[in-house]
Amino acid sequence: MPVNDSSVVAEIRDGNVSLGGRPVLRGIDLTVRKGEVVALLGANGSGKSTLVRTLMGLVPVSRGGVSLFGTPLDRFRDWRRIGFVPQRVSATSGVPASVWEVVSSGRLSRRPALRPLRKADRTAIREAIAAVGLTERAQDGCSTLSGGQQQRALIARALAGEPDLFVLDEPTAGVDLQSQQAFADALGRLIEKGVTIVLVAHELGPMAELVDRTVVMRDGRIAYDGPPLASAQELDLHGFVDHGYHHPELQARQSDHTPTVASPVDVPTGREPRP
Amino acid sequence: MNILGHDFVVRALLAALFTGLAAPAVGTYLVQRRLALMGDGIGHIAVTGVALGLLTGTSPILTAVIVAALGAVLIEVIREQGRANGDVALALLFYGGIAGGVLLIGLAGQSASTLNSYLFGSIMSISPTDVWVTVGLAAVVVFLAVGLSPQLFTVAQDQEFAKVAGLNVRFYNVLVAVMAAVTVTVAMRTVGLLLVSALMVVPVATSQQLARGFRATLVAAMAVGTVASLGGVLVSAYVPVAPGATIVLIALAGFTLAWPVGVLLRRRQRMKAPFAPTPGDLTDGDHTVVPEEHAHEHGEDCGHLAVPHGDHVDYVHDGHRHAPHGSHYDEH
Repeated sequence: MPVNDSSVVAEIRDGNVSLGGRPVLRGIDLTVRKGEVVALLGANGSGKSTLVRTLMGLVPVSRGGVSLFGTPLDRFRDWRRIGFVPQRVSATSGVPASVWEVVSSGRLSRRPALRPLRKADRTAIREAIAAVGLTERAQDGCSTLSGGQQQRALIARALAGEPDLFVLDEPTAGVDLQSQQAFADALGRLIEKGVTIVLVAHELGPMAELVDRTVVMRDGRIAYDGPPLASAQELDLHGFVDHGYHHPELQARQSDHTPTVASPVDVPTGREPRP
Repeated sequence: MNILGHDFVVRALLAALFTGLAAPAVGTYLVQRRLALMGDGIGHIAVTGVALGLLTGTSPILTAVIVAALGAVLIEVIREQGRANGDVALALLFYGGIAGGVLLIGLAGQSASTLNSYLFGSIMSISPTDVWVTVGLAAVVVFLAVGLSPQLFTVAQDQEFAKVAGLNVRFYNVLVAVMAAVTVTVAMRTVGLLLVSALMVVPVATSQQLARGFRATLVAAMAVGTVASLGGVLVSAYVPVAPGATIVLIALAGFTLAWPVGVLLRRRQRMKAPFAPTPGDLTDGDHTVVPEEHAHEHGEDCGHLAVPHGDHVDYVHDGHRHAPHGSHYDEH
């Protein structure tokens, strides 16, 4: 497919990534088109986080190429079109920072250095904070927020830049249900505006109904790429989970996208019953 | 006696004013990066720079700026590599700096009192040229620290986000390192190389107690630094005490006053925070509270099957598991 196709938002071709000499991504081909909502699923260590970090240019490819909006990554300068929510546990640092200040750094890609905030910047920041439901906490320090609220502040920071491509690395990990719902609603409004979304997730939760394409990562390769899967059983039917285990002891391992279905008497996997 | 009638006091106050503004401004970014002691390390390295200046007969301030900036960039490189033993590498650099300085000063034939005036400051004997160098460099540092604060704040807060926002993260990291080196050298005459880190960090620690936002912390730290610097010079103009040490002690006294206030404020903040939903709600944050009333407490012989679950025991109750949680049971 031609690279200058204007509907291609992000593309990685034959992407190989090694971290510390260990191959993490192998032969990745992924094309994200305008308006798609792509969920990247996979077990821990399957490379889904590395894949989005590669797309953002945070991890170099050892072979293959990445392009954003049709421009190869090393020549890409239009960072204002991208909103990134990195995977992290908190929005705090060594010095107190208010929600408003953290969110306002999302405007930096649109602001020249040494200039004060313009009216459009302030409006965008206020709207981004409102979109995640933190208006009343805007002047409070980030360290006084709960984990879920901090994550919402980081999402608002990416929203403030009014991006065309929104990339989120595990945005709802460790976030309470109420915040997850608020967040899914905010995403829904973005999708209506035609924003392209790439989402790394462990569990989709309330976001599941927004997704229109699922990519499942497995051992650094793309194991499935297609319409959203209703359940892990469907994944099994398609033969994407391979049953010929070389290590029978791993067979009981739950993959992270498999809902726990167990009798109440079963001892949760990975934990030995106490004597 | 009117102390402002003396030129040397006016010069000292001018140098103190600008040092007091610049040191906390840079210090805020160092504290934000959790590199509070970087100023101290640069101060150690600058000793070698001063000694080189004395040995070669050039201006010690000039050589100190160059050596301190090189050292600061080297620290930044070591930090960026993210080696597990990065702090050991920094320690090697620090002590190499101070040992080299002492050795070179000996070779230059300078007395210990010359070294002392750089280690602990000698603001009362600052020359007119030094005042203008101090004012000029400090003004540049303050301009950059305040003017580029959105960029510097974002880079220190979240490097990955800053990179994806299109900021040149390495440039800003090196900029902060060089600004810190310049500030250390500027403050060398005011508080001395061994105490400069205090003037960079203590005002920030003080303003952190009261401020909720970054900009407020930055501005308040600069105010605290200025008050401490001017106060220290004024006190030492009347009382025979070392100005550098007085400046640092006034800053520390400010922290001692602000700290209990900060503790009280934070406690009030926590009291004002709304209570977590009561167990009456079925969804209580991220866990589900068991709806039915319990006539008994689950225990060893309550008749319900006990299942070990991590660090606690669940009880099987009508086909689902109950885990004790305070005064109620959660569904597990």
